[in-house]
Amino acid sequence: MDFLRPATWQEALAAKAEHPSAVPIAGGTDVMVEINFDHRRPEYLMDLNRVAELQEWEVGEDTVTLGASVPYSRIMESLRAELPGLALAAHTVASPQIRNRGGVGGNLGTASPAGDAHPALLAGGGEVEAVSVRGTRMIPIDDFYLGVKRNALAPDELIRAVRLKKATGPQQFSKVGTRNAMVIAVCAFGIALHPDTRTVRTGIGSAAPTPIRATTAEEFLTAALEEGGFWDNGKAVPPAVARQFADLVAGAANPIDDVRGTASYRRHALAVMARRTLGWTWEQYRGKQQDERNQPCA
Amino acid sequence: MRVTFTVNGRRQEADDVWEGESLLYVLRERMGLPGSKNACEQGECGSCTVRLDGVPVCSCLVAAGQAEGREVVTVEGLAGEDGRLSTVQQAFVDAGAVQCGFCTPGLLVAADELLERNPEPTDGDIREALSGNLCRCTGYEKILDAVRLAAARTGEAV
Repeated sequence: MDFLRPATWQEALAAKAEHPSAVPIAGGTDVMVEINFDHRRPEYLMDLNRVAELQEWEVGEDTVTLGASVPYSRIMESLRAELPGLALAAHTVASPQIRNRGGVGGNLGTASPAGDAHPALLAGGGEVEAVSVRGTRMIPIDDFYLGVKRNALAPDELIRAVRLKKATGPQQFSKVGTRNAMVIAVCAFGIALHPDTRTVRTGIGSAAPTPIRATTAEEFLTAALEEGGFWDNGKAVPPAVARQFADLVAGAANPIDDVRGTASYRRHALAVMARRTLGWTWEQYRGKQQDERNQPCA
Repeated sequence: MRVTFTVNGRRQEADDVWEGESLLYVLRERMGLPGSKNACEQGECGSCTVRLDGVPVCSCLVAAGQAEGREVVTVEGLAGEDGRLSTVQQAFVDAGAVQCGFCTPGLLVAADELLERNPEPTDGDIREALSGNLCRCTGYEKILDAVRLAAARTGEAV
């Protein structure tokens, strides 16, 4: 094994071009487990901790550019307003020690269906900045996950950052596990209201070969909210609509039976999480609407 | 490969380190610092918790080469030069927060960092800070007592 230590992003790209089999390591929370257990013996291990720009983020007008190695603990602390769904998801990652090291780039690189960031990324919407010496590709998050632990990266590409849409409305994340800390999701669900486009987006984790959106459920809810004038009148979502949304989310999943849970349990739990998180986000949206209405005229 | 970094304030060097070796292995097997414990090797148990540039991490998940040039503090670095126990260590002794002792070094490092960051933690803060450290003897109540005691003593000392 060779240990590569690029000091800059350009050096990292050059090293990856020269050795496409090199395994990038940042937080190490996936890679080191595989090495410790002899499941993986990469020819080259490439440390990205020296590349400072990967640990940085930038808040723009409409988007947040989040460096691939920004640790989950920083996302929780510093990006709660801009990326509330991802901040909530970050807080459910493993333990403080793991959150201090792991970041979104690693979740994307590993592309496990159980990665905690994925449902929030899918619901919030964004693009993955995949870079090689050949140039930069912006891969829409919807096109990034190809299969179990397979993603759309080319062998010579590295993830520099994710460009995420800044929240324009409430977002939620919910995860089922046997305890609060150190839990791989049995299943997980993310939802984001986008009042600017009057749409709703979702993300499902650990209940299909890849993280997925529940597009039929999103379309149904978006249409129901529009038809009822709910974005303007701020009324509560009728229980029948919430139920139908929940059923469609459960239907979108394609789970399996495994040690963490059965397929039917996962579907059931997804429906419950979908109904609850819709309730939480919609109540938050309504509350804000009412506050705005009650404000005296300037 | 050769790896050089600072451990508990002293510069240390290890030769013939295998590229896939963890920081934990280097500390225990090459630098003679067996305080950090090797249990799960997958970041689940926290027994190997050390501070890397001040931040608590699982040393089993840090590749040795990633520690190059950086500052590591292990449980061996908590006590004073004269061997006097730190506030957190003394509180663990006094509260009887040690059973088999295997999880203790990781808990000490995590608790020490918590009190440095937050000298008056709530019970929720303590539980959260220690949520990555498993005690298979299930001695959590005494451990919480110890951290509360250490916090109270830190407060008195100020």
